[in-house]
Amino acid sequence: MPDLVWFLIRRLFAALLVMLALSLAVYLIFYAIPADPAHLACGKPCTPDRLEQARHFMQLDQSTLQQYLNFLKGIFAGRTFGDGAAAVHCNAPCFGYSFPLARPVTTLIMDRLPITASIALGAAVLWLLIGVSLGVIAALNRGRLLDRLSVGVALIGVSTPSFLLGLLAILVFGFWLNMVPVNGYIPFTESPVDWAWHLVTPWIVLAILQAASYIRLTRSQMLEELNLDYITTARAKGAGEGRVVLIHGLRGVLVPVITLFGLDLGGLLGGAILTEKVFSMQGLGDLLISAVGQLDVAVVVGVTLFSAFLIILANLVVDIVHGVLDPRVSHG
Amino acid sequence: MSSSVAGTVSPTRQAMRRLRRDRSARVGLVVVALLIVIAAAAPLLVRLAGQDATTYHIDLLDPARGNAPRGAVGGASGSHWFGVEPLTGRDLFSIVVLGLRTSLFIAVVVTLITTVVGTLAGISAAYFGGWYDAVLSRLLDFLFGFPQLVFMIALGIIVPAGFPRWLLLILVLSFFGWAGLARLIRNQARSLVAREFVEAARSVGSSGWMVITRELLPNLLGPVLVIATLAIPGYIGAEAALSFLGVGVPPPTPSLGRSISDSIAWVYTGADPWFLLFPGAMLFLAVLGFTLLGDGVRDAFDVRLRRTN
Repeated sequence: MPDLVWFLIRRLFAALLVMLALSLAVYLIFYAIPADPAHLACGKPCTPDRLEQARHFMQLDQSTLQQYLNFLKGIFAGRTFGDGAAAVHCNAPCFGYSFPLARPVTTLIMDRLPITASIALGAAVLWLLIGVSLGVIAALNRGRLLDRLSVGVALIGVSTPSFLLGLLAILVFGFWLNMVPVNGYIPFTESPVDWAWHLVTPWIVLAILQAASYIRLTRSQMLEELNLDYITTARAKGAGEGRVVLIHGLRGVLVPVITLFGLDLGGLLGGAILTEKVFSMQGLGDLLISAVGQLDVAVVVGVTLFSAFLIILANLVVDIVHGVLDPRVSHG
Repeated sequence: MSSSVAGTVSPTRQAMRRLRRDRSARVGLVVVALLIVIAAAAPLLVRLAGQDATTYHIDLLDPARGNAPRGAVGGASGSHWFGVEPLTGRDLFSIVVLGLRTSLFIAVVVTLITTVVGTLAGISAAYFGGWYDAVLSRLLDFLFGFPQLVFMIALGIIVPAGFPRWLLLILVLSFFGWAGLARLIRNQARSLVAREFVEAARSVGSSGWMVITRELLPNLLGPVLVIATLAIPGYIGAEAALSFLGVGVPPPTPSLGRSISDSIAWVYTGADPWFLLFPGAMLFLAVLGFTLLGDGVRDAFDVRLRRTN
């Protein structure tokens, strides 16, 4: 399939171009910061001499463009600040070095990423399952109680801010019913069961909210699909109703659902950041918010670019899956 | 109603008629109207209650319970209708209605800005087409898939301390908000551009600006209204989310999101769940009301909006 190969190459190239443009833009924006990171690092009393030394060490005395190129180089080859015994190394992939925290930004991100990623991935799996299955059920029971119930759940989901639903869940299930743990994160490697048990409430909260638009989309798409000629043909040829719905109907639903999922990836990360705060887990959001408070530009730029890259890559995967499922995309 | 009568009524009138008959839209309209009145009259209501959002009432707190309000329902009484805030004893009713005012103000201003910018961008992209449309579409795709919340938090670091935060919030939400609207309007406008009346206007020598404002815009008012109404609850939620994360409206300006964030500790200890419930209910009501109204307006104008495609 040469068409598909060309499609993949085109998409990969476009994604790389977007990352490059984005990183340059972010660099130019964030290095216009009024506070001087070297000034914060040099301590008191800060003589002009020591300030100059700090600026040189942190490579802030170079032009913004040169700093940007250093940053790009760091992602592939790593960076070293200063020389001799005082040198600080930042191994590839280096997303910058936080001098206030005295650690490479990549390490800081990797420490926090499992929390945010666990919330986001689990919630995404759950909401796709809930959204598509409730949508199909609603479509098959059009106008009946189950349909109205699903549409009602969708409305509540659309109208409730995630942090509000999360806090209510903690209040009701955590305190009043004492069913689930209310906060804290247990690493997967430590105990997979405890990991899932502590994440179950955040997953459900985030999933219910996002599932709403998938219920709506699946329902309308399924209703449309079931009226198409090829479904009638399948029925006429004697295919069972279950087979018609699951094999033929669902196929038509899957493509728009995947498209919508691609659009929601950015929101998924945002939702995970809000959720981790509600459940007192220290993930990427916590790292970013405290870095903003500490005026730690390296961490702010690193986390921003890292998450943007992550979304762009995830979108690329969605695009590819989309292209494979729906040949019209790659041929167009 | 017979079709001959309906045929003489303008589409907008017909839509208004359908809107009036839609029960959930009516509920939404009543809730929205009520909230707007409350928000507009908030300073007056606060004075009517004989309170303000800044005075501490330490005497109403119970030091034995970590300074949670004394009494049931978060210390609600004849003078403090929603009780008082734990730790400070400030009047919760004042905080909630003034917080609603902040929320609605920001959401409405952002909706106005994004509607104007997004409509112009969407229509011009559809009308002019070519490389302009291609570049704009790429930009929209890009803004759309972007981890917006991360960027909104991060921007806090480059803004000078003296810059008003509410203005920053409006600018940031607008910067990311116009993209969704522009994309929907562009898709709607593209089907109009090929129609005869646009062709006719062009053939008699109307300028691009004339065609856009006289021919395309009037035909897109329905979709624009629908998208704008449906966008408001999104901005109310976004403002609350940013304030919840501590990067939104700073104290002492009351904000529903920040109150909800402050309430976490009191929810966790179970000492004062009412501190969450009053601002939370107000926020829920605001988002629900605008969503119901927006859904009703969409059905009434019979606009099909698909985020996909």
